Amino acid sequence: MIEHLPALMVALPLFGAFIAPLFKKHHEGVSIWAIFVTGISVVLSLLLTKEVVTNGIIMYVFGADKPTLVLPSGYAVPIRIMFEVDAMGAFMAISATLMSFIGAIYSYSHVKKDTGLEKYYALLMLLEAGILGMVLTGDLFNLFVFLEIAGIAGSALVGFRNYRGEASEAGIKYLIVSAVASLMVLFAVSILYGQYGNLNLAYIAKNVSFNMVDMIALGLLFTSFAMKCGAVPMHYWVPDAYTEVPAGINPPLLVATYASLYALFRVSFTLFANVVIDLARVGWIMSILGVLTMFIGVTMALIQKDVKRLMSHHAISQTGYMLLGVGVGLTVLHDPSKLAEFGRDAMAGGVFHIINNIIYKSLLLMTAGALFYVTGTRNLNEMGGLARKMPITTISFMVGAAAISGLPPFNGFASKFLIYETSYRLNPLLTVFAMVTSVLTLASFVKVFASAFLGPPLEKFENKREVPKPMIVAMLILAALCILFGLFPNVVLDKLVYPAVDALINFAQYHSWGGLA
Amino acid sequence: MNGSLFVNFPFIVVALLLALGFYTIGFKRNLIKVVIGVEILEGAVNMFIVALGYVKGGYTPIYTQAPQEAVGKMVLPTPQALTLTSIVIGVAVTALMLAFAVNIYRHYGTLDVTRVRRLRG
Repeated sequence: MIEHLPALMVALPLFGAFIAPLFKKHHEGVSIWAIFVTGISVVLSLLLTKEVVTNGIIMYVFGADKPTLVLPSGYAVPIRIMFEVDAMGAFMAISATLMSFIGAIYSYSHVKKDTGLEKYYALLMLLEAGILGMVLTGDLFNLFVFLEIAGIAGSALVGFRNYRGEASEAGIKYLIVSAVASLMVLFAVSILYGQYGNLNLAYIAKNVSFNMVDMIALGLLFTSFAMKCGAVPMHYWVPDAYTEVPAGINPPLLVATYASLYALFRVSFTLFANVVIDLARVGWIMSILGVLTMFIGVTMALIQKDVKRLMSHHAISQTGYMLLGVGVGLTVLHDPSKLAEFGRDAMAGGVFHIINNIIYKSLLLMTAGALFYVTGTRNLNEMGGLARKMPITTISFMVGAAAISGLPPFNGFASKFLIYETSYRLNPLLTVFAMVTSVLTLASFVKVFASAFLGPPLEKFENKREVPKPMIVAMLILAALCILFGLFPNVVLDKLVYPAVDALINFAQYHSWGGLA
Repeated sequence: MNGSLFVNFPFIVVALLLALGFYTIGFKRNLIKVVIGVEILEGAVNMFIVALGYVKGGYTPIYTQAPQEAVGKMVLPTPQALTLTSIVIGVAVTALMLAFAVNIYRHYGTLDVTRVRRLRG
């Protein structure tokens, strides 16, 4: 049972997705089915993580028990599709399943008034399957396939409210970006295949020679994944997609974005890790891209009137922190003393920020969804005095806003502090930008808080009440996680984050598939 | 006969198609034409993979009952499998993009991308 976990992780949500359309007449039933399936996959991902952290990397070969084919001449090559799960992949798998589960709970009431729910939940589970496939696979072509699955499911969900023209507009924007990005991924993959005659990540990584063509492949992969994770020059699709998607899908969609970020890390660490000199340059590019992303994202957020759009711009800016943290680590990857001194901690900050950001950003986008559910508008200028009507939403919002601004007892502080401390050692200017961004983030959330929740109660919201229970439960789980991760960051760092970082740093472990060094 | 140019001919076509695809996505105003641009890109990438796997004077990759002279001359089967997968995925993407385009036309009354601009800022 345990050895088949990697395959089950993908098979279960796929099965759930294909069963979901059978509940065409029972909208209640399909919601409960989705909560059930995503709930079980949370359990599976926890088991998988426990297995990986205690016993090391899991290799899963589809249709065989050995990853290699040994020719009569003694030459061994990896064949078949392989899943290779290290601590980083397991970390992303936990994020993906947890957020899909919370999204399914939240959706129970949030989309109740919409039609076509069986398709909605089928797509939600398909999105989960796509993300899980991306983060668990050890095969480059497989990565492309799951990237496309996540892209198609995600954009179909962005355009779910097809009675609004804007939803289709955001959907096609997301789909074109994701299609072009994944086609370029495929192009880069085929370049690598043409040279090394294999698609296995570890096999290519071991043989990579970094000639001109490899550089082109790295450039294409880097650009495409940066495009899909919303780094700055290609960030324009993020606010549209996050704004138009139903709030229950925001958490899985966020994870889908960060799955591309994971692929970016995987490519620059594992695939090209043997390259000594040029990797520092890639690290610098990543750090500078991160600083630009965080700064431009937050300045664009300040001028928004639409509450969800404002938060989506913050999602862009937070991606910058992760790029900065991991970029600092990549810069000093081949310098053991600096790596031990601050590189490892910088990467821990970046990786820890992924899960923190997923938690508080989902919380904030869900409170925005709750505001929309109650008031029917997303324009901040038309809201006001909602604190008394919606006390739990208000508290959740305050927790989320404090966490994203990096105030001490909340989870944002823990990871941001690690990033500040370590990026300072590489170049103080990076830290200055990161801190200014944090201050501006707080400023924009004060604006939201003042205009939506404070102020005199408005007459048109006289008989509005708090949102239904499932939405409250989902928000409270996330708020509790915000506080728990903030109070006990050491537990999460030791159990989840540092193993993930070490998995990225000790790439040689990943390369030795199936005991064949 | 100038062999080297002829061997590289598919790759030159791939480069031209890539340029054409990016031009179409970037500069055409009609949404359907943008979708066609994505399709051209896909065609370029698929052609690249197929061209990679081809061996001059190669045999079909059937390993049982292969004639003696086919050893070492078989065309690689993997690129063709990859291309088939990528074509199938491409069809799904195209269908979804066209569905969005139809829905956009219903709501906006136009397919001009410069006028489909309700989301901004």
